Amino acid sequence: MSTLTIDNIHTYYGNIHALRGISLKIEKGEIVTLIGGNGAGKTTTLRTISGLLKPREGNISLDGEDLLKYPAHEVVYKGVSMVPEGRGVFARLTVLENLEMGAFSRKSKEELNHNLEKMFTLFPRLKERRTQTAGTLSGGEQQMLATGRALMANPTVLLMDEPSMGLAPVLVELIFDIIKKINEDGTTILLVEQNALMALSIANRGYVLQTGEITLTDTAQNLKNNPMVQKAYLGME
Amino acid sequence: MMRTSFSERLTDWAVNGFLWGFRILIVLIVVIGTFLTISSGKYTNEQWIDFIVSGISQGSIYALIALGYTMVYGILRMINFAHGEIFMTGAFSGYFFATWLTSTGFMNTNPYIGLTFSIIFAMLISASIAMLVEKIAYRPLRGASRLVPLISAIGVSFFLQYAFRGFFGPGVYAYPSIDALDGDWNIFGIEILKVKIIVVVSAFLMMAILYYVVMFTKMGKAMRAVSENKDVASLMGIDVNRVIVTTFALGAAMAGAAGVLYALIFRQVSFYMGIVPGVKAFTAAVLGGIGNIPGAMVGGLVLGILESVGPALFLESIGIDRPYQLKDAIAYIMLVMILLFRPSGILGERVSKKA
Ligand SMILES: Nc1ncnc2c1ncn2[C@@H]1O[C@H](COP(=O)(O)OP(=O)(O)O)[C@@H](O)[C@H]1O
Ligand SMILES: [Mg+2]
Repeated sequence: MSTLTIDNIHTYYGNIHALRGISLKIEKGEIVTLIGGNGAGKTTTLRTISGLLKPREGNISLDGEDLLKYPAHEVVYKGVSMVPEGRGVFARLTVLENLEMGAFSRKSKEELNHNLEKMFTLFPRLKERRTQTAGTLSGGEQQMLATGRALMANPTVLLMDEPSMGLAPVLVELIFDIIKKINEDGTTILLVEQNALMALSIANRGYVLQTGEITLTDTAQNLKNNPMVQKAYLGME
Repeated sequence: MMRTSFSERLTDWAVNGFLWGFRILIVLIVVIGTFLTISSGKYTNEQWIDFIVSGISQGSIYALIALGYTMVYGILRMINFAHGEIFMTGAFSGYFFATWLTSTGFMNTNPYIGLTFSIIFAMLISASIAMLVEKIAYRPLRGASRLVPLISAIGVSFFLQYAFRGFFGPGVYAYPSIDALDGDWNIFGIEILKVKIIVVVSAFLMMAILYYVVMFTKMGKAMRAVSENKDVASLMGIDVNRVIVTTFALGAAMAGAAGVLYALIFRQVSFYMGIVPGVKAFTAAVLGGIGNIPGAMVGGLVLGILESVGPALFLESIGIDRPYQLKDAIAYIMLVMILLFRPSGILGERVSKKA
């Protein structure tokens, strides 16, 4: 059974036709990556799934339930969380408050505390800095915070928008290890990346997005060996 | 090319020269005036304390109103120019409620409970009106450029003034006097009017409650999250519209309470009573750094004290006749000065250009 189904989505910014009929299928437990150059429409795709943008055409469903009928703040209750591009931490809130906001959709105090413990185990750095405002964190720490915050909602599907952006190579490795771990713990992941090599190395399958259209889809292994992909996204000749 | 840049430089110098002259003039007035007044010994210590107490009670009212400006600005980057009228609706609601309680005799037997109920009633009415205003006059304009909701706010301001004028007439209503609240209390050997103390205590209590709500409750944290980033806040599951309307309601509740406290001191209400305190409180919010909640509280108190102490301290000795008539001018000069010299206010961060 398929978890998240995106079917023939057309999203516009005013008159700009940003997504031209995109279809994706993400099965339960998978890591699927969406790769593409700058301006291809990766962020737009994730924002459409999370409800921040409404498509003019198409369907999005999670386990058969239509997601498009929900505004963004209700989509998270359905089990879809997003780590936004540029991390989007609340700079003036403390680390702890950011994590609490992540669990806004969770009603019970026990669940909140349980999830906090989980996040502090996953990201010990955040525990050390929990009373600091998020604006004082380094880029890597902010990425951990944004990820932890999204996980606080106990999502079944996690959407991640360029988690490696602007991070030093060591940190990129660390973040990708964490993504793998989150997935092993049972969360389905849709990973958007410009760092295609890293993304394909942890993903099961991938889609290639070009100017608002899916031009290619295959297993991650096959995409890595595909000459077109190697040339365009992996910087190989 | 050279000539335009030369003339540009010339205007730059002229503007800078004027600004510096203005700054120096104000500093001179303050320093010389203060020196002359203190050395002339015209006022006794009791009188100074009285000025300061009046300033704190007036300032705490400004602070309560300023909170609404600053909270709405923080969340929508919009100046809610109708906020002074929300304050006025609070004073009116409090008036009718207090008059009714007085006519039943309840007010004079239980003055504190009666006053508390009047304040709560005013808060509820003001909050309800503000919620309606947000829904009708601001929410549909949310996506428009910043000037558009500002103009709508000015329209709402006139609408509320003339609606109240229409319902209750252009006259001034005298607040019922509560006998138990007349007279003085002796605090550390100083006689202070009871109402002033009641005003200060109620205002500080209310500000403490608001601060607690904003800092420590789930809704307060959501308000701060929304003020930073609405999209990301909604990704958390926060209903941004609900948070915005709650912000309006909280700010309006503070202004409504301020309306009752104001009427407690000045003993009268009228449809235009919101204008001047509204501008003063806006000044206080800017003074403290618009968008900054502790800043609004500090700004209100500073403005209240300066207004109260300023005429006697700065102006009287430099030969200004009847300096109290310049009380309002102090507030407006301060507004201009802050906007010119420190737009971020006392506690504000530097206003960022990228937002
Ligand atoms: N807010 C916006 N308004 C107008 N056009 C936009 C906006 N955001 C993105 N676009 C356009 O939509 C296209 C896809 O953008 P985006 O989804 O951000 O790409 P990616 O994330 O793959 O870099 C680009 O052509 C971009 O210019
Ligand atoms: Mg992007």
